[in-house]
Amino acid sequence: MTTEPHSDPDVYSAFEGDLPGTVTPSALRRRLRRYVPALVLAFLVLVVWELVVRVFDIEEFILAKPTEIYSTFLDEFDTVVEAGWTTVREALLGLALGTVFGVLAAVATARWAGLREGLLPFAVAANSIPILALAPIANQWFGLTSITAKAAVVSVIVFFPVMINTVRGLTEVDPGELELMRAIAAPPREVVRRVRIPNALPYFFSALKVAAALAVIGAIVAEYFGGRTASLGFYITQQAGAFKFAEAWSAIIVGSFLGIAIYGSVLLLERWAMPWHVSLRTADDR
Amino acid sequence: MVAGAVDTWTEGRRLPQWLRSTLWFVAILGFLLLMWEGYKFLWTEMGWSWPVRPINRSMPHTWDIVDALFSPARRGGSDILLVILGEAALFTLREAVLGFVIGAIVGFFLAVVFVRSPLAERSLMPYVVASQTVPIIAIAPMVVLWAGRNDWPQWIAVAFISSYLTFFPVTINALRGLQSPPPTASELMRSYAATPNQELRKLLVPAALPYIFTALKISATASVIGAIIGELPAGLPNGLGRVLLRFASSFSSAPEKLFAAVIVSALAGIVFVAAISLAERMIVRARPEVFQAEPESLSVATHRGIA
Amino acid sequence: MSAVDIRGVSKVFGSGPGQVEALKDIDLSIESGQFVSLIGPSGCGKSTLLRLVGDLLPPTGGSLTVAGKTPHEARLSRDYGMVFQQATLLDWRSVRANVELPLEIMGASADERTARAEEMLELVQLGDFGGHYPWQLSGGMQQRVAIARALSFKPSLLLMDEPFGALDEMTREAMQDELLRIWERSKRTVIFVTHSIPEAVFLSQRTVVMSRRPGRITRIVDIDLPYPRDEDTREDRRFYDKVTEVREALREHE
Repeated sequence: MTTEPHSDPDVYSAFEGDLPGTVTPSALRRRLRRYVPALVLAFLVLVVWELVVRVFDIEEFILAKPTEIYSTFLDEFDTVVEAGWTTVREALLGLALGTVFGVLAAVATARWAGLREGLLPFAVAANSIPILALAPIANQWFGLTSITAKAAVVSVIVFFPVMINTVRGLTEVDPGELELMRAIAAPPREVVRRVRIPNALPYFFSALKVAAALAVIGAIVAEYFGGRTASLGFYITQQAGAFKFAEAWSAIIVGSFLGIAIYGSVLLLERWAMPWHVSLRTADDR
Repeated sequence: MVAGAVDTWTEGRRLPQWLRSTLWFVAILGFLLLMWEGYKFLWTEMGWSWPVRPINRSMPHTWDIVDALFSPARRGGSDILLVILGEAALFTLREAVLGFVIGAIVGFFLAVVFVRSPLAERSLMPYVVASQTVPIIAIAPMVVLWAGRNDWPQWIAVAFISSYLTFFPVTINALRGLQSPPPTASELMRSYAATPNQELRKLLVPAALPYIFTALKISATASVIGAIIGELPAGLPNGLGRVLLRFASSFSSAPEKLFAAVIVSALAGIVFVAAISLAERMIVRARPEVFQAEPESLSVATHRGIA
Repeated sequence: MSAVDIRGVSKVFGSGPGQVEALKDIDLSIESGQFVSLIGPSGCGKSTLLRLVGDLLPPTGGSLTVAGKTPHEARLSRDYGMVFQQATLLDWRSVRANVELPLEIMGASADERTARAEEMLELVQLGDFGGHYPWQLSGGMQQRVAIARALSFKPSLLLMDEPFGALDEMTREAMQDELLRIWERSKRTVIFVTHSIPEAVFLSQRTVVMSRRPGRITRIVDIDLPYPRDEDTREDRRFYDKVTEVREALREHE
């Protein structure tokens, strides 16, 4: 009744089918068909939403109509895109910093077993900290309008998943593979290069995908505690605070789009880095 | 004597696990405090200011932070800061716990629906995932507004905001747990002509419990975050959210207060998670170690709710 | 009335160009109390046939009856005890609670459950292990618990899908001895899927030889060795002859 470590279903795999790749027409059609129920539901929800707002004559500051959000989105396009540009830079910088530190910490932890044992309770404790509370401090340290301040918060958010998963990937290696390397007297460097790193890649990417999705949200929330006026979090706070929800939703759309875009980039990177992995095979390849 | 002492070490009679872990924890904590003070000292000596200026106004001394916790919060006030923060934390935890319970129930219910109906899973799952890409700071004012119109207490509104973060990990993990029994286990239940409810009660839910508890620990942290964020638009003056915002604005005059508030926020999260861990140990007993450790695995551990 | 009656049964998986004909024109009749083995190469549909009998899969054609009832009716009246290659014990239940599981589902009283579980554990010689948890037992012991569980509610038909496939050779032979002992005491009808020729010959009264693509029955070998069978049987000349006969039957359709 145990599961394979690699079979961890990815939460965000809901988007994975959208990835451009070499698929046969029939496989493509089958994949598209998987999304039919979701698309039908989306359409229905939008129609019902629009109708409810119109029929019951609900004021805009309670619930905006989808059509209204759409036209507001077009009107506000330049503003929200500029805001998105700030936020995406914060998210990407934070993602990069958090990933680098996470991997470095993971390598050190995997290398020295004693450190691992000591870090475990620390990681558990750190995992229970509402990281958001660090945002005001980061603002003070790096400046309210500085990109670094938000990136710092994002990097802390990214750090733990990347580190925990990479440690697992580096240490939970098939003993048979290690024995094989031992049998051919491979030097430790080669064992790391040919066994441990390839083994860690799926774990690493699994964490990176989650981190990618969290990065944008982390940046937006960090902006809540103050930041540039041209940033998604600030914009959403302002508009939602003034009950201009159509404007707020326009910014949310941009935020979601950015999150999905970064996530998609990580997927592409994953395909490039480990084309051999099972999770990337389509049903037809099996 | 010396030889004997050495022997106890070499015999491999090692310190008990909890003591070793605690010692390591204290050592790492000490190391971090030392880094903090060392950074301040070295950067001041060398006149460096990047990335963070080592002045007391941005990096207060560790002892100043501790001192602030035990000093009156306001000049002439009688309550020390720790009491004020503790009360704020309790207020926030009340919202968080309610949000956690709502989220856990909704999350579990969704997972059961999904495992029963693949069509429901395919139609709804993408939206469950997408829902978490919508930052709650956008939803919070709406919920507060709706609650106000219906004359609900504000703290209940905050609990609902918090539940928006907590249901997600529970849905994802519970679904994974409910799907974890091998196909033969389901065939077995079928061969007994068990009703769907019996299968759920006797097979699926017990199998999912370790997964659910892992999610609950994630949700506990997320619910505190959700409550803190929810308090901001709700304008609730007594929770941690406002306290953080207030101390952030007075940072330049009293930075140690913000650090103290952050530490108490962290403790609130840790206490909540610890309580769930305790419940887990009492409920999920008598499992092989592998089985208990398994669901703790990667994607789960990494799906910390953020906002 | 025969315990299991299979007439012209076929099973096709999938549709269109990707469809697989798993079983074709299967006819088989099993007398009550008989021990029948299904043997054949991987993909010959022997497990599929077992699942059709057990109402875990619907047939695409033909008819099946179990003691005069449809498989569905038989399942609802709890006629089946199933044992798989993996013991599939529930980790969170003690050995005793695992054996009690089907009885719980069928609404037996607590007293009856306890009594039955004790009796069954004695039968599989695990009387002292009721309080243990599955992961504390060896593979062979786990499989014995699975057999005890399958027999606990006195099903009339025992369906076994390579139950000893994951065990080592020594344990396997011990389990075979034990299964025969239990069978002779309980006199249930047994359908036993295996890919081991000596196992099929040693255990059963009839060995049904199957071939693949499409899965069909190519020969039924009657094993007329006397029961009780034991270590001497394994060294008996006639045992070897039967093993050879089954082996040749399998080869004919390679």
